[in-house]
Amino acid sequence: MRNWKKVLSVTAAAAMAVTAMTPVSAMAEEETFKIGVIGPMTGDYAQYGTNVYNAAAIAIDEVNANGGFNGYQVELLDAGDDQGDPEKSVNAYNDLLDKGMQMLCGTVTSGACIAVGAEAAETTFLFTPSASAVDCITAGSNEFRMCFTDPAQGAKSAQYISEKGLASKVAVLYDSMADYNVGVHDAFVAACPEYGLEVVADEAYTTDSNTDYSVQLGKIKDSGAELLFLPNYYSDNALILQQAADIDLDIQVFGVDGMDGILSVENFDTSLAEGVMLLTPFSATAEDEASQNFVKAYNDAHNGETPNQFAADAYDVIYAMKAAADDAGITPDMSNEDISAAMSASMLNIEIEGLTGTAKWTEDGECDKSPKAVVIKDGAYEMME
Amino acid sequence: MSFISYLKDGINLGSIYAIIALGYTMVYGIAKMLNFAHGDVIMVGAFVILTAITKAGMSPLLSVILGVVVCTVMGVVIEMVAYRPLRKAASNLAVLITAIGVSYLLQNLALLIFGADAKSFVTVIDVPNVTLFDGQLTIKGITIVTIVTCLIIMIGLTLFVNKTKPGRAMKAVSEDKDAAQLMGVNVNATISLTFAIGSGLAAIAGLLLCSAYPTLTPYTGAMPGIKAFVAAVFGGIGSIPGAMVGGILLGIIEIFGKAYISSQVADAIVFAVLIIVLLVKPTGLFGKNIQEKV
Repeated sequence: MRNWKKVLSVTAAAAMAVTAMTPVSAMAEEETFKIGVIGPMTGDYAQYGTNVYNAAAIAIDEVNANGGFNGYQVELLDAGDDQGDPEKSVNAYNDLLDKGMQMLCGTVTSGACIAVGAEAAETTFLFTPSASAVDCITAGSNEFRMCFTDPAQGAKSAQYISEKGLASKVAVLYDSMADYNVGVHDAFVAACPEYGLEVVADEAYTTDSNTDYSVQLGKIKDSGAELLFLPNYYSDNALILQQAADIDLDIQVFGVDGMDGILSVENFDTSLAEGVMLLTPFSATAEDEASQNFVKAYNDAHNGETPNQFAADAYDVIYAMKAAADDAGITPDMSNEDISAAMSASMLNIEIEGLTGTAKWTEDGECDKSPKAVVIKDGAYEMME
Repeated sequence: MSFISYLKDGINLGSIYAIIALGYTMVYGIAKMLNFAHGDVIMVGAFVILTAITKAGMSPLLSVILGVVVCTVMGVVIEMVAYRPLRKAASNLAVLITAIGVSYLLQNLALLIFGADAKSFVTVIDVPNVTLFDGQLTIKGITIVTIVTCLIIMIGLTLFVNKTKPGRAMKAVSEDKDAAQLMGVNVNATISLTFAIGSGLAAIAGLLLCSAYPTLTPYTGAMPGIKAFVAAVFGGIGSIPGAMVGGILLGIIEIFGKAYISSQVADAIVFAVLIIVLLVKPTGLFGKNIQEKV
């Protein structure tokens, strides 16, 4: 027994030494930065992951044409596919490290990002474009985020509604059984007084009884609210809109990123969603030059496919990484830990003009940018001014 | 006015529970087994109808008939493959667990075939709304259709069970399988027929559920199925009028709970009422207290 243990431990130690050394030796040979992307490339959420990977590739090509990161070219490693699963994500992370990854653009989904975040803490620079759960980047000071957190979306919605003067009396209808909906709802309701909004109806339903909203909508109608905030996923919202129309509830509807997708619900009468607003950082129909160039580049590279908000977030991540790399003056021969520390310090100095807005970062890795919204007009998203 | 309006919403919701509960109670009453897959047969029926209309371009009437046929065949096949071999099993638990298995099987097959995305249901039943009291109260056409369908099915089933030969065979099987067999009743065929009718009704229930609440996912049938089961127990499981009354009462209680107490605890109220009813009258509102003779 004793001997077996010894053999095992020696083998394990040898194996560890080999894995630990490979990236170092690979780094010394080549003078490029290696960036990895992890996200669901296959499975139910494949659309998210492939959008992130494709957009990162476009941004990296552009960056390389303009001098790369701090004068060094950047190489995008093959995508790490995690199918949105935390365990597979950690495997993909280790695999990419073996291939020499120095910085991570990802992971794309929240559950997976929490798991990888724990692994990457204080070792490898992690910058997620789209994972929105609060805990995704709390494990280390070297972890940053491009999108808003779930609760931040609630607060930013209140800010947006107030700044644009959309309403002063608001109603909320949300799923009180789901984390995401409750997180956004709580932050929204808490932020309302600060922005001079009065919540006149705060109604809930549960995941188990998400078919009949007649009572809640009736109460909202009686409350005299001018705006209905729906922090739910689009499938529930589609039904809510339908039942609101049944009782002639004519009200401005406002949603967050979960509302995105409502236009592609099969057989859904999109005229019901006419005028619905949602907080989202990007719209492919936006008319500014940067967005149009990006959409065109994406179209050309991927058979006319249109990029979504995940793609825009990933594009901005690469440009933010470039800004931080230039500021920090990092070089490809540095260790992951050193790159991570230098980048993290520089992240606090930079400000970028991205597709998703003008962004700065706070010490806890959160992105500080003003909220943007789109409105549904003639069955398509249109950027709000 | 709001009271009447809530009452109307309650009847609307309750009539859906009632029509699902009829299928539950029918199968339980005759075969003495809880077919937990009933809610999922409803979902399959709705998917068949939706696909027939949107993908195959069939007329609404034809697609509803197709839905009923597919569900009927499926019900009979499920009974033959999954439940019949277990009928002689030592414990009733085996068949109950199998039913739960079938429920998950159907959900996951639908997930595989139709995907997880919610789909909006198309308008199949187009009946104008009725407006009362100078426009203060609007009753949706679909509510009226659901209640009328419910009544027709209830009366039809009661007559069928009491007046026809296969119906009387069902009653005999439900009272005592072995004795019925001795009297020359084909027990297996009778139970198959029960499943055929129950599953055919499920397709109708799926149509009405998705017409009233026009969204469809592979899990659409699950929760209404459970609520309808509660309604069936509430009304006295095995009793056909009980299922109807139980369903409508359950819908009204749920809506009143949401309206006058809190929208968050509506489900808790529903189940609390169920517990109280069962404590006071263990066989449900319309349940018969049959003494087991030893």
